[in-house]
Parts: sequence; structure tokens; C-alpha cells
Amino acid sequence: MYRSHVLVCGGTGCTSSGSEQIIKSLEKEIELAGLSEEVKVIKTGCFGLCALGPIMIVYPEGCFYSMVKKEDIPEIVQEHLLKGRIVKRLLYSETVSEEQDHVKSLNETDFYKKQKRVALRNCGVINPENIDEYIAFDGYAALGKCLTEYTPEQVIQIIKDSGLRGRGGAGFPTGLKWSFAAANDADQKYVACNADEGDPGAFMDRSVLEGDPHALIEAMAIAGYAIGATQGYVYVRAEYPIAVQRLQIAIDQAKEYGLLGKDIFGTGFEFDLGLRLGAGAFVCGEETALMTSIEGHRGEPRPRPPFPAVKGLFGKPTVLNNVETYANIPQIILKGADWFASMGTEKSKGTKVFALGGKIHNTGLVEVPMGTTLREIIDEIGGGIPNGKKFKAAQTGGPSGGCIPAEHFDIPIDYDNLIAIGSMMGSGGMIVMDEDNCMVDIAKFFLEFTVDESCGKCTPCRVGTRRLLELLTKITDGKAEMEDLDKIEELCHYIKENSLCGLGQTAPNPVLSTLRYFRDEYEAHIKDRTCPSGVCKALLNYQIDKEKCTGCTLCSRVCPVHAIEGTVKHPHTIDLSKCIKCGACMDKCRFGAISKK
Amino acid sequence: MKSLAELQAIKEKMQNKVGIREESGDNIRVVVGMATCGIAAGARPVLTAFTDEVEKRNLQNVTVSQTGCIGICQYEPVVEIFEQGKEKVTYVKMTPEKVAKIVTDHLVNGNVVSEYTIGSVK
Repeated sequence: MYRSHVLVCGGTGCTSSGSEQIIKSLEKEIELAGLSEEVKVIKTGCFGLCALGPIMIVYPEGCFYSMVKKEDIPEIVQEHLLKGRIVKRLLYSETVSEEQDHVKSLNETDFYKKQKRVALRNCGVINPENIDEYIAFDGYAALGKCLTEYTPEQVIQIIKDSGLRGRGGAGFPTGLKWSFAAANDADQKYVACNADEGDPGAFMDRSVLEGDPHALIEAMAIAGYAIGATQGYVYVRAEYPIAVQRLQIAIDQAKEYGLLGKDIFGTGFEFDLGLRLGAGAFVCGEETALMTSIEGHRGEPRPRPPFPAVKGLFGKPTVLNNVETYANIPQIILKGADWFASMGTEKSKGTKVFALGGKIHNTGLVEVPMGTTLREIIDEIGGGIPNGKKFKAAQTGGPSGGCIPAEHFDIPIDYDNLIAIGSMMGSGGMIVMDEDNCMVDIAKFFLEFTVDESCGKCTPCRVGTRRLLELLTKITDGKAEMEDLDKIEELCHYIKENSLCGLGQTAPNPVLSTLRYFRDEYEAHIKDRTCPSGVCKALLNYQIDKEKCTGCTLCSRVCPVHAIEGTVKHPHTIDLSKCIKCGACMDKCRFGAISKK
Repeated sequence: MKSLAELQAIKEKMQNKVGIREESGDNIRVVVGMATCGIAAGARPVLTAFTDEVEKRNLQNVTVSQTGCIGICQYEPVVEIFEQGKEKVTYVKMTPEKVAKIVTDHLVNGNVVSEYTIGSVK
């Protein structure tokens, strides 16, 4: 028996900050200390608090060590694992307790206490590369229950009763989707999973794949049973190498155990699963383009109807859900539809995972019940905005979504409320912006993304988004007139109404929502030719305050284009015709003499 | 996997191995003093004896961990047992041989082995 388990985060966030080396070093030091028989090191999925990575938890004490460096490992092994003395300086500050050798539970910390983990329940708890650990935490019990106790119709009814809606963006009721596919007779049906998570700033699907891949496999098999499909495909982006690798390991293990394949649990039910890697196109996250891509063609959307439930993959009825949607399924089966429906709001049940990013302390993954307010997510769980800056807006739904301004800080977040205020749930990316972010620039950023990612099949999206970007660039360059705003709005509506697929239909959303809530910023760019947040370079001028400048010459030495002139101990001046507005002088000035206007 | 029983068997086998990751207040905690004094007096074999015994008997509600110097170095190796709602029990001058009795009598049956406790030595 191992008396202690050391769980090290092996998610992409912590891996990029060096958790692989930490695991190697831990194993080496543990061996040197002769503890190999007593202490076990486990690589897990994401804990959620990516801002503090690399992260490590030592059980049975439940010590949460954050920002661990390779150099800290000998101390952790010698002090904690050998002598039982907690290394206080590495503890996550909120878990430090007054009592000797005691830590506060993670569930008491601000970051975790409001969270409710359903889709992420095993992330950071189990070793995702070990099927036995998944089984220990009730894994595959839901599949067993479905196959032995329920008819396919009953399974669909449970999912319908739970009120689960698609977590990929549009929020279509999952049970209803399944019942459509089940109702269609065909010689072959398919179950597919959309793991082509392409929104900038969104990484919840990746974390589920990396931290709990078996949950996805189990849920897809359940979907297969419910609709009468024997083959499933997971379409995952190739940019997620760790996720792909762990999913492949999980599929192999499930096949070895007979949890995929023929005659599962001796019931005669047959289900197999294949992996398909995406080649990096954003449009392949759109369901029809995704299926075209799985079929081996160029990933381009096709018109709907027919919907996938009627004619999907290879022309057969198909259920296509997102990773997070599937991750909820086994829990719903085990704990019941009522349990799931007891969480959330009237029309949005359960929990939602958000990927917090941008100007926020606790960057990472959080899972909260639907109906949690933005204030709770950003101020309480997210720890607020750094450097005492003021909250301006939160962007949800990525390039398809919109910005939520401060006036809606207390609105309960669910599918319908977000739509009502001009944004959308999307897959759950949440980018926080403070007073230093220019909203025109943000709209431009997302539009640049959609211009790049437009597949080009339909004209409104291919040409329309490009013209829209040109209009926005005109604004940020200070060359626009007020009537351009009307043109922008008209073009936005045109693109929304006429595009073939979801990419084009939602592409103008970031522009429309910023125009709705931050029209004053657009007008400042046009009427006053200024950027109130000081972001748009064309509208900025750097100036030196003669009163404050001591003539130290530092600025003129760092200026890459020699635009600053002046002699020692005399105030300097910036030659605006040479200045490239890089801001290097302002960063270096010790006297606060340089400002941008 | 041909039956639910097989799945259940794997689950039961594994539960003992992952149980320590669940935060549960009612676990019995066996804490071995592992400062220099404890190690010098032979705390390590005592610790391993505890983990072996606990595994052998498949005790799911017991965790074994170590701590620093308890402050009574002349009585090392010292083992303290914490149980929710009960007084802490301190066993002193421990040996691996004493461990088996403590596990059966105290951890399994709930009877403190008073002849090994600090009270009987003083």
C-alpha cells in the first residue's frame, strides 16, 4: 500500500510550465530517499487553477502546493514526504492554517468553494491513463446500468428529463437531439463527438479529454445504445497532442477490457470508437463541416436541413455532441435526471465550465451551476482584476459571442440570458477585459480571426467579413466617418442573415455587441480621433512633460528609431514624425514624464 | 468485460488504493513521528509495518502518515492515532512487532492497547 499519493497536474497548462520535469525529479528524489514503496506519484488532469501552475497535491494531508519549481522537489521529498513536515512556503496561500502540520481544505478556498464539479469531477483526481482509477470512481457503471436496466427509450427519456442542453454553443436540448436520431430507421447510425475546440481562450474540452477521457468514451457508448449506433468518432484537433494521446490510451484500454467492441457486459451490445484528427481549421467545429471532414473531404459546411439526425456522417443518422455535454451523461445516468435538474436555472440545467482568461487573477477552469452571476465568477472565484484596474467587459462565446458590460455584472448566466444581452454561451471561454482594453480593437481582433478562418464557400462570410474588417480598421486608423457606423451595422445584419453556416452567422456578434454597449468608444475614435483606452496606435501620440523630465537621457537611449532628442539635464522632446509608438520610452522613464494621448 | 460483477470487482480492488484522495473527516489517522530522533530510534520499519498491515486487512478508513518531532524523544518511535470525536492515543517505544496488535485491537476492534501507550510507560 502506498501511504501517500502525490498528484501532479499533467494538463497542458502545467505541462507548459514544467510539470513533466517535476514528475521526473520527484520520482528520482523519492527513490533516493528510499520511499518508492511508500509514496506514489500520479500524473492527473487539470485542477483548474492554471494561473498557479505547476500544481501538486499531496494526500492524505491534502496539501496543495502551487508554482512548484524543480528546485523545490528535494525539499518537498525530504521535509514533507520523509519527515511529515509540510513545506509551508509552497502552500497555496489560501490553504495555510494556523495549526501546526495542518492545511485548510481546498474546498474552503474562494476559488473552489462556489464551484460544483460535474463534468470536471475526475480532473485532478484520477490518473487519466489508468482505466482502473476511473472505474474506482464509478466509471463505466452508468454504461452498465443503461445496458442492463434501461431500454434505449428510457435512456433518452432520462436525458430529456435532466434538461441537459448542448455545451458546445447553441444549447440545443441533448435528449431531443438523441430522440430525433433514434426515430430514424437506418442500417447504420453514428455517434460523433466534437472535440475541435477552436475558440480563442477556450480550453474546457481539452481539460476533460486530458483529465477524464474515459468519461467521454462511456458517454458515447451510452449515446450509441440510445440511438442504435455501433460506431462512434471523436473529432479532436491535432493541436491538442496530450489530449489525443490520452484519448488513444483510454480507447485502447477500454477495448482491452471489452468496454468497447462486441457484446459489452454480455448484453450483445456492440460499439466501437475511432479517433479523427482535425487539421486546424476553425470551421471544422461547425457540425456539418466537421462531418464532411471526418468523411475525408475538405472541411466545408453544407446546408441544413437535412440535419445530422436525419442525414449526418456518410449520409446516415448521426448524433453529434460536444465533449462537455458527453462528460455530464454518465453522472446523469448514475445520479438521476432529478439530481441534474435540481442545479441551474429554469431553462438551463446543471453546471457549466468556463475558461477564465484575460485580465483576471485566477486564470483557469471553473465549473459553476448555471445561473451563477458574472460577479461571483469574476470577483469571487476569479479573484478579481489585477493591479486595481476597473472591470470593463467580459467576452463570452469567443468569435461567435459578444461582450457583457459592467451593467450586467449581476445577471444570472444561462443560455437565454446571455442571448438576451447580445452575447452567447458558446463553448464557455470567458475573457475578462479592464479599462485598458479598447473595445473597437477587441472587435477587430475577433473579426481578424473569422476573416482568417472563413472557409470561403459562401460569399457573405468570405467577402462580408473582410469588408467589415476594413471598416473597423478605418476606425482604428482614425479615418472613419460617422456614416461608417451605419454601414457596419447594415453589413453585420447582412452577414448574419445570409451566411451558410454558424461561423458566418455569428461572426458579426463581437462587433454588434461592442457597438451596442460601447458606442461611445466607437464615436470617440471617429469624432475625436482618439482611443480612450490608449490602444489604437494610429490615434496615439507620446509626449514628454517638460516639468517632470530631468534630462536623464534614458528614453533617448532606448528609443529604437532615435526619435527622442535632447541634451543631458535638459527636458527631451519626441519627434512625432519619427516615432513608431512602441512605448519603450514610457516603460523606461523613472519619473513618469512620458504619457500617451 | 462480460458482466457487471467484473466491473464491481475492479472497483472494489481499486477503492482501497485511491481512498486516501477523498477528503473524509471520519478517517482514522495513524501518524508516525519521523524527525531525526524518530528515524534514529527505528520509526521507518514501524511506518512500513503499519502500511503493510493496513493493506493486508484492506482497511479503507485508515490513513498512515508521518509527522515531525513530537517532543518526547526518549520514547521514540512514537505513533499517534487520531479518530474523530475521540481522544488522541499515543503509543511509545514502538516496534514493528507491536504494530500487528495495535492494528487488530485498536484500528479494527476499537480497543486501545493500553500497555503500549505513554501512560503505562510513565
